[in-house]
Amino acid sequence: MERVQELPLVVRDLTVAYQKRPVLKEVSLSLPEGRLIGVVGPNGAGKSTMIKAILGMIPRISGDVQIYGQPVDRVRRTVGYVPQRASVDWDFPTDVLDVVMMGRYGHLGLIRRPGARERTAAMEALERVGMAEFAHRQISQLSGGQQQRVFLARALAQDARIYFMDEPFAGVDAATEKAIVSLLSGLKASGRTVVVVHHDLQTVREYFDWLVLLNVRVLAAGPVEQVFTPENLARTYGGRLGNLALLAGAMPQQLRSLGGD
Amino acid sequence: MDANTQWVMSGTALLGMAAGVVGVLALLRRRALMGDVLAHAALPGIAAAFLLTGSKTPGPLLTGAAVAGVLGTGAMAAITRYSRLKQDAAMSLVLTVFFGLGIMLLNVVQRMPGGNQSGLDKFLFGQAAAIVPRDVRVIMVLAGALCLLVLVFYKEFKLLAFDQEFGAGLGLPMGRLDLLLNLGLVLAVVTGLESVGVVLMAALLTTPALAARYWTDRLSRMLPLAGLFGALSGVAGTLLSQVGPRMPTGPLIVLAATLLFVVSLLAAPHRGLAARLVRMARTRAQVRRERLLEALYDLSEEAASAGLPADVTVADLERRRGLSPRWVGPLLERMVRTGVVERVRAAAERQEAWRLTGHGLAEAYQVARRERLHLVYLMHQAEIGAPFGPEVHPQLEPLLRLHGLEPVLGRGQPGEGVG
Repeated sequence: MERVQELPLVVRDLTVAYQKRPVLKEVSLSLPEGRLIGVVGPNGAGKSTMIKAILGMIPRISGDVQIYGQPVDRVRRTVGYVPQRASVDWDFPTDVLDVVMMGRYGHLGLIRRPGARERTAAMEALERVGMAEFAHRQISQLSGGQQQRVFLARALAQDARIYFMDEPFAGVDAATEKAIVSLLSGLKASGRTVVVVHHDLQTVREYFDWLVLLNVRVLAAGPVEQVFTPENLARTYGGRLGNLALLAGAMPQQLRSLGGD
Repeated sequence: MDANTQWVMSGTALLGMAAGVVGVLALLRRRALMGDVLAHAALPGIAAAFLLTGSKTPGPLLTGAAVAGVLGTGAMAAITRYSRLKQDAAMSLVLTVFFGLGIMLLNVVQRMPGGNQSGLDKFLFGQAAAIVPRDVRVIMVLAGALCLLVLVFYKEFKLLAFDQEFGAGLGLPMGRLDLLLNLGLVLAVVTGLESVGVVLMAALLTTPALAARYWTDRLSRMLPLAGLFGALSGVAGTLLSQVGPRMPTGPLIVLAATLLFVVSLLAAPHRGLAARLVRMARTRAQVRRERLLEALYDLSEEAASAGLPADVTVADLERRRGLSPRWVGPLLERMVRTGVVERVRAAAERQEAWRLTGHGLAEAYQVARRERLHLVYLMHQAEIGAPFGPEVHPQLEPLLRLHGLEPVLGRGQPGEGVG
């Protein structure tokens, strides 16, 4: 057994194209265990695409993905996925508990129905995101932040070793943001690896200890304190930000103040 | 009721039930139009089966229909996958091309010697009256198979309809389940072709499902409910067709289903139109009352702090708070009757003025306090990090004082804590 095979995620030369146009090129990554890993980059940089390609939800042109040394399809149960919440119809006729129990479907396999054990696991997951009292709420009655927490609870119920979350912080209220942050540190404390697509550079240092900077290619990956530099950000965001000079200039100061907390 | 009608009725009821149940899943998967496509796509299959076998029995014809339906599904999948066309374009393409082909083949059949008597044109609009015991047995088997399919794969189909991607992430074979559901749709369509016809079959798949959605927020109840509505439509349509001679059963079944839908749309609790109107009216009345109380409180508090009498005119309420006199006037009159405000005369302008009673002030204090707490909550949401409610009030109290927003007038009045 090579040492590298025990890593939660190893990606080699991953390339993905939509209609001939590559949206992800030659992505190679080795992510360490037990970290909170942020993936940042400009809009259209392929962040969500990378996660979906890693999980085999969209076809890849080339590339090899190993999760704990295995192809994804053999370790599905240990891989949790939190999609963007806009991806489903929230007027679907079901309640919160039912959605969270879907996290157990992989363990149940085909045909077997969820029972008391699944119910308990789902309730525990709901408690961890502070949504236990909403268990029997129809899902159309939830706010955006509550929807996000339901999705997180569903992933928790799955009890995975590595989680992939697609923009969980997008458009959520302060209460949900707090809940997600404490959830992430809880996951880290229990040794899970969490990969989070993120859009807000201001909070990177606060939330993550590892970082992947992505713009079609991986421009930098490593511990936040080494990777989150104005030079790397300039390379990642390129000409896309009009006020790049301002951002790069302001960043070190901001980093110092954040780091000093 | 004669024996024949009983057979027809049991056939259409079973068909309605199966189509209703499968239709729920199609609808929730946003494939409501899929049934329509499959039904139209079945026509060339029926004609081709007749041309190949020369048989008019349901066995070969429905097999032909099923094969054509499956081909239609495959064509749609291929179009969306290998071209830039989206699902809706692929659907309309498959529907029209297959249906056109079907009509053409029907013409070929008609021109054949003895083809006039083939009766294939009954598949266009259906001919439920022609249902014989043998057909009912076929329908029973198909309907039973469909209900069993949904029962066995209930959990999987729910996941497929709600969040296919997540299901794929769990390692469940979502592609194959999708295929299975499409196959179920083909089966349902085939079941109904003889009695309802290709043109109207889609209505039987969607309408009972749509109606059921109005009565429940749970899939586990929506499925049997749609089945029940479908069965009721089948029975009602069959009975209605007995009223006059040569009344077409298929269209009447569809009309009965539509009637059920309209009733659901209007009268269902919670989601129905009537219930929603009532709810909106109630909310509006409550919001108006609270806005008025808050405005009365704020203006009285201001006047009191300036040492003036706490009298408020309708003109003040309009000018300072933007409250329309159209509803403020009548609402104030009602509040006089319930003892919340009293009518006073403003000395200066001889204009009608109003004042909160002791009881009214206590209530207005509660409203104003809650509104101000909410205002402060919105300013400090990030620090509090919990949803607004009585639990966070203790955290907000000091902030209220900090911003100088604490309501003073009427604090500690009898009646505080009510409301």
